[in-house]
Amino acid sequence: MFLEKKIFLLKQSIRMKKIMVLLLILVSIKGINAQTAEELINRVRMKLDKVNDYEAKGKMRTNVIFIKAPVANVKVYFKKPNKLRINNENGISFIPKGSVNINLNNIFFNSAAFTIIDGGKETGSGNRILKLLPEDEAAGVVLSTLYIDEKNAVIRKAKITTKESGTYELEMTYGRYISYGLADKFIFSFNTKEYKLPKGITFDYDDGTKKENSSDQLKNKKGRVELIYSEYKINKGVPDAVFG
Amino acid sequence: MLKLLRIELFKIFKRPRTYIAFGAIAAIVILIQVALKYDGKSYVDLLLNNLSDSFELSDEYKNKLLNGYLICFVILNTLLIQMPLLVALIAGDSIAGEANMGTLRLSMSRPVSRTQYMTVKFLASVIYTLALLVWMAMLALFGSMLIFGTNDMVVFRSDGIEQMRHFDVLWRYFAAFGYAAVALTTVAALAFLLSVFAENSIGPIIATMSIVIVFTILSEMNIPLYDNTIKPYLFTSHMVAWKGFFYVKADAMGTTINGSIENLPAILKSLSILFIYIIIFFGTALCVFRKKDILT
Repeated sequence: MFLEKKIFLLKQSIRMKKIMVLLLILVSIKGINAQTAEELINRVRMKLDKVNDYEAKGKMRTNVIFIKAPVANVKVYFKKPNKLRINNENGISFIPKGSVNINLNNIFFNSAAFTIIDGGKETGSGNRILKLLPEDEAAGVVLSTLYIDEKNAVIRKAKITTKESGTYELEMTYGRYISYGLADKFIFSFNTKEYKLPKGITFDYDDGTKKENSSDQLKNKKGRVELIYSEYKINKGVPDAVFG
Repeated sequence: MLKLLRIELFKIFKRPRTYIAFGAIAAIVILIQVALKYDGKSYVDLLLNNLSDSFELSDEYKNKLLNGYLICFVILNTLLIQMPLLVALIAGDSIAGEANMGTLRLSMSRPVSRTQYMTVKFLASVIYTLALLVWMAMLALFGSMLIFGTNDMVVFRSDGIEQMRHFDVLWRYFAAFGYAAVALTTVAALAFLLSVFAENSIGPIIATMSIVIVFTILSEMNIPLYDNTIKPYLFTSHMVAWKGFFYVKADAMGTTINGSIENLPAILKSLSILFIYIIIFFGTALCVFRKKDILT
């Protein structure tokens, strides 16, 4: 009889503990969901602020409709506040304008004060959508739309609309360096303009190959640069001379 | 036959005017190299004009772009018109020059068949052409590599850009020079054919150059009427096929495939057409000469 009572009390205690744990989880999830857009941005910024400088090795693949280019071995250097350089040390690479935005700090650096609009959650991924509108009318960036992974406080996707260079899109995949907010893989999409040179300059050989790219396709087509990092050296110091 | 060839080569390389061509090539190549060394940025700016809105094009980038491989490509492009003239100078003179000096009949009085004589004369012109090309390769390719260094090579086409890794370039140049040797031999064969009909060398040289210039203009013009009717049959349309060695294949992501050629069958087809032209020109010259009344 005594034993039965003890078992009953033990079971009840376990049930209570389960309920408590569940409640705790619910409260914490509610807490995350409840964090304001400002709080979330601050968490992202704090993570990025941990990096004063870095040197990263990686491979860069350029995919632009009118360019055939090999995969390049690149070194990317960053130094606070917003110095960034992509170096192809044993070759030539076409580096798109706006590639400085692969340094995510740049999003906040260019707009010291901004209005945040909460766009809710993205269907599917569940990322929080925040739109940043710079208050400075002279700012080059008109609108930054960030898709933030709330759990890890990292930007998964960003769309940056500028006054002069159109819209850039960034997609980040995180791995080993997520604690610093540094991605292992970047996909940088950008607008390209029509490319054409007079045949009088190039004296092309017409080998009869039918070009798949019509002139319409060559106009205003999106270009893509894929950057896959293999290694980061974080906060080890980068000399200013690297940035020219 | 070998002795005859040696005599012909001796005659060619004994004449001072033979070296005018070597001097002219050296002058053109060095002038282009000097110009691009000191003002290459303007040329690169012209090529990159369309890209400046979309890409970061720093001075360091432009300097890397302006390497020995690109310079050699620019020189080969420029010499497209001049080289045939220099080849015609010797090939156009080979029979007509003898006729002009009155030594043709004398040569024919020796125990050498007309076919042998013509073959040797033509072979001597071909060897001269090859020597000219080797000279140009040394100055334009190796000279530029020495002055400007090497890096990845970027080729600008009218509707796209081809980029090759630095280790994937040199073999393309060897192939291109090999092709150019055949292309210039075609011009030599044409000048040689015209030389058979003339009594002095000016006529065949000018006639060869006129044909090359007119055909080149037709080849480069984009007129639909000519595109499928005349252009495929002009030898000048196929003379520029050396550039095909610098057009590379790319995968679906636009990544260059090392060691690839975009359209090798087209280059081989162009090469075959040039060989057919050489056979036709030389064959006709041989037929005409064998039946010719040699009066001088």
